[in-house]
Amino acid sequence: MKKWVPALLTAVMAIWFLGNMQSPKDAGFAFGEFGRLPLTANGRIVPVDSLARNSLLEIREKQTLNTEPWKAWNEKPHIISATEWLANVMMNPAVADEWPVFRVDNPDLISLLKLPEKDAAKKSDGKHYSWNQIQPSLEAFDKENERVQKVEAGNRTAYENAIIKTHQRLGRYAQLKNTLQPADAQDWPAELAAYEKMIPAGVAAIQAQQAGQKYSQTNFDEFVGTIRRFQYMASLEPPLILPPNGAREWRRVGDALLDAPRPNGVAIDEAVRSYARMTGALAGNQPQVFNEALQHLRSLLGPDQAPALSKAQAEVFFNRMEPFYNAMVIYILAGLLACMSWFNLSSTLRRTSVWLIALAFVIHTVGLVYRMVLEGRPPVTNLYSSAIFIGWGAVFLGLILEKFYQNGIGSVVSSVIGFITLIIAHHLALEGDTMEMMRAVLDTNFWLATHVVTVTIGYASTYVAGFLALIYILRGVFTKTLDADTGKALARMIYGIVCFATLFSFVGTVLGGIWADQSWGRFWGWDPKENGALIIVLWNALILHLRWGDIIRERGLVNCAIFGNIVTAWSWFGVNMLGIGLHSYGFTEAAFKWLMLFVGSQLLFIGLGLLPARLWQSRALRAA
Amino acid sequence: MLIKKIVGFFTSLRLTSVLLGFAIILVFVGTLAQADEGLYAVQANYFKHWLVIGFHMFGKKIPFILPGGYLIGTLLLVNLVATHVYRFELAPKKIGIQFAHAGIILLLIGQLATDLLARELQMRFVEGETRSYSDSTGEYELIFAAGNEITAIPASRLQPGAVVSVNSLPFAVHVKSFWRNSDVNFRAPMMANAAPLATNGLALSFDFKPAEDVKAMDQRNIPTVVMELVGKGGSLGTWVASVWAGEPAQVEGVRNYYMQMGADMAQKIAGQLVVPQTVTVAGKTFTFTMRPARVYHPFSLTLLKATHTVYPGTDIPKDFRSRVRIDNPQSGEQREVEISMNHPLRYGGYTYYQYQMTQGEMHPGEQSFSALQVVHNPSWLTPYIGCGMVGVGLVIQFFYHLSGFVTKRKTK
Repeated sequence: MKKWVPALLTAVMAIWFLGNMQSPKDAGFAFGEFGRLPLTANGRIVPVDSLARNSLLEIREKQTLNTEPWKAWNEKPHIISATEWLANVMMNPAVADEWPVFRVDNPDLISLLKLPEKDAAKKSDGKHYSWNQIQPSLEAFDKENERVQKVEAGNRTAYENAIIKTHQRLGRYAQLKNTLQPADAQDWPAELAAYEKMIPAGVAAIQAQQAGQKYSQTNFDEFVGTIRRFQYMASLEPPLILPPNGAREWRRVGDALLDAPRPNGVAIDEAVRSYARMTGALAGNQPQVFNEALQHLRSLLGPDQAPALSKAQAEVFFNRMEPFYNAMVIYILAGLLACMSWFNLSSTLRRTSVWLIALAFVIHTVGLVYRMVLEGRPPVTNLYSSAIFIGWGAVFLGLILEKFYQNGIGSVVSSVIGFITLIIAHHLALEGDTMEMMRAVLDTNFWLATHVVTVTIGYASTYVAGFLALIYILRGVFTKTLDADTGKALARMIYGIVCFATLFSFVGTVLGGIWADQSWGRFWGWDPKENGALIIVLWNALILHLRWGDIIRERGLVNCAIFGNIVTAWSWFGVNMLGIGLHSYGFTEAAFKWLMLFVGSQLLFIGLGLLPARLWQSRALRAA
Repeated sequence: MLIKKIVGFFTSLRLTSVLLGFAIILVFVGTLAQADEGLYAVQANYFKHWLVIGFHMFGKKIPFILPGGYLIGTLLLVNLVATHVYRFELAPKKIGIQFAHAGIILLLIGQLATDLLARELQMRFVEGETRSYSDSTGEYELIFAAGNEITAIPASRLQPGAVVSVNSLPFAVHVKSFWRNSDVNFRAPMMANAAPLATNGLALSFDFKPAEDVKAMDQRNIPTVVMELVGKGGSLGTWVASVWAGEPAQVEGVRNYYMQMGADMAQKIAGQLVVPQTVTVAGKTFTFTMRPARVYHPFSLTLLKATHTVYPGTDIPKDFRSRVRIDNPQSGEQREVEISMNHPLRYGGYTYYQYQMTQGEMHPGEQSFSALQVVHNPSWLTPYIGCGMVGVGLVIQFFYHLSGFVTKRKTK
């Protein structure tokens, strides 16, 4: 029986993962189908589903919308998909404006906006608010925003940062509302038809007015008024939702509406009318009309758009799969089992954890590779993907260690680093689209594949060494499980990984220098990011030299490896927070707080590591 | 005995460890100091220096002394070379490590050579323009031109109070003020302006004042000098010469700044800025200005087309690309090449990198320009070789250990 436990539990988790992947059938409005339509946003082709999820992440910090957040989970609050939310924002704002979608945490901002506090009776959870709740206080908000925008980013208070963030969120919302129709449209299908009819008379009136001839003032005013609305709509730069129509590339609805009356303009796309029909159907609650218009819209995508369509569908599948989130859940489970295995030394527990890590690693790998194929890029292209890749590399190294030593240590390292890096990635994803396009200087797969990947493996292995060292301290100081053999084995693992880390961080850093030499003629510029990488190399080299010179022994090695965690965190995140140099990505205050916490915790561990041996639980055991 | 001690000291792992430790501290401190002092100042005062006396951290000056980059680098080099000489051993288990350290020696020497020999320049032109010289990015010169005869005085000689005399000039330059970085302001007529800085030329329409050194990596100091020209018969007058007026990119910047007053006004102000300043002595007229120091090439580049593409619906740059023609009268070469991000042109001992670009169509009223980073670095190959050596050395060592480790486990 015991023999089968690992396989059984792994099979259960695999089925759970595959079960999550099933997409629910559309009942009524075909929102799932709508989610698979391609459009152009952030400079790339994305499915509506991704736009919806990324926008919702940005505004609400979740990929789904709970329309009744004041209800506890056991009261079954109504939860809708990101696509259903987006469909309503774009086509039925009267309903969407009522949904509590804006997350506001800062108490000062809540009182500035005169928002209700947590009170289930008044349908408020004190965190999520609707457009209609915020809108009455916009004047006060704009005044504050205007002031705060002038404050330098580094000097802003938490409240001021909240203003900036909310300003961005409101901007994004306005953008989405103006994607398919002017946000203030009352009956868009009718307004669109009226506009199309109005064009000849309107153009004539304008031409006559410019030529100084007699013209119809009513036609002129009406036409100019409508044009102004469309100009505003286009000026918000919403996503380019209209597919190429032969004469024009991907474009915005606003631009298409403005283009039609121009002398060499192109007639309004059929797609604009189809979307208008869907708008009317959604507002009028006619699922069948909506679904038919959607089908028609899809048929408008010519054969030349087949790649865009299949790319969009592939991405929707990826979104549903949520490989990194699911892998994270399995890593937690595996980590708990592996930790428990240290105490009762049950090989079943240990083997189960290894099986589970292997499953999570497979899912992690599938996600990583799927992302690479979708993007057509090497694994690391931004901070988000660096977190995913560091986790992947560390899990891989941990599994190798487990294979050699079979003592539950490699599994703990794998699962803990896997979990932490994926949770970091999860939070980085709140910044918006994680598959954004690469700026010109970074647009080179060769260097992304060599320098970035190597240096990231260097980070990953430094962390593995550091976490092995943490295990040494934890088990040594607090438990009696660190006997002399385990201690020696751990030290050997740490030493080996530090060698590995030295190799990769060195080669990666120098490759970065060579890239810099290739792209801006400077091998080394003392830029903060370069310096961060250099410090990792120097630190790893220092550990090795200290060990060779016998200046440090087992415990010194362990403490040095923990300090490696700080050094790596500094290079990975800290230098971005300085806001100088060519590599800087910008940062959030929350990230700084976490970095400080992490550094503090590592220093604490080093402090524990420096405690005299008699205070160690395990040393006491060995002495006895 | 003493020699043995000295050798022991310079070949010790303790010395290596201490130096690596100081290197880490220096790089860390130098990174933080960039926020206060700017990248270039930190490069000069921390990394390319022997001793760092007092450094900045989070806006505060900390009065400690640290070894600078040169000191650490030199000692590491001595340590490495000495260890190599005294401890060299041709044994399989050492070969990788020795190879890697030889690579590091090469990297250190190469970096030192780069510091001493490399020059960074820029070439900036609009479509259709031809350039046979590159501009320095940090050095400036005050020039006096009489016809084709040009006399250049490096800005480094323009210390306040200095009197600079050059044989080819019939007057001496008395430096009243020199500002490494400066701001410029148009002296709007009918406004209550303070007295002009000088009695002639540029100063009558523009005010200049000293500014703090720039900190960002993509910004540069823009110097201005206030000077009195003194001929044999006495003073010829005081003038202001400024890079604000002498470098087209800065003039363009001033024009864009004054766009808020309307395109015509901006054009007029920019026009005033470039009115030539002259002084006439004994019938000979000298035109003078201050501009980036020039390095002339025996060939010329002509910008044929500057292409700047962005991703659809965004401002994210996708590609910068300059099509240029090389004209080399010495070799009779005349050919077209394309320079783009990550694809530089290596020609005549210089490497040309695509650096900045604006597209005329995107900003109406501006011409498309392309700026190339021009680098002359005779030791550019050393990091490639050094890195290769260290990489190979470490890989050899790693596999040597790994195979040992695996066999050991198998025999267990």
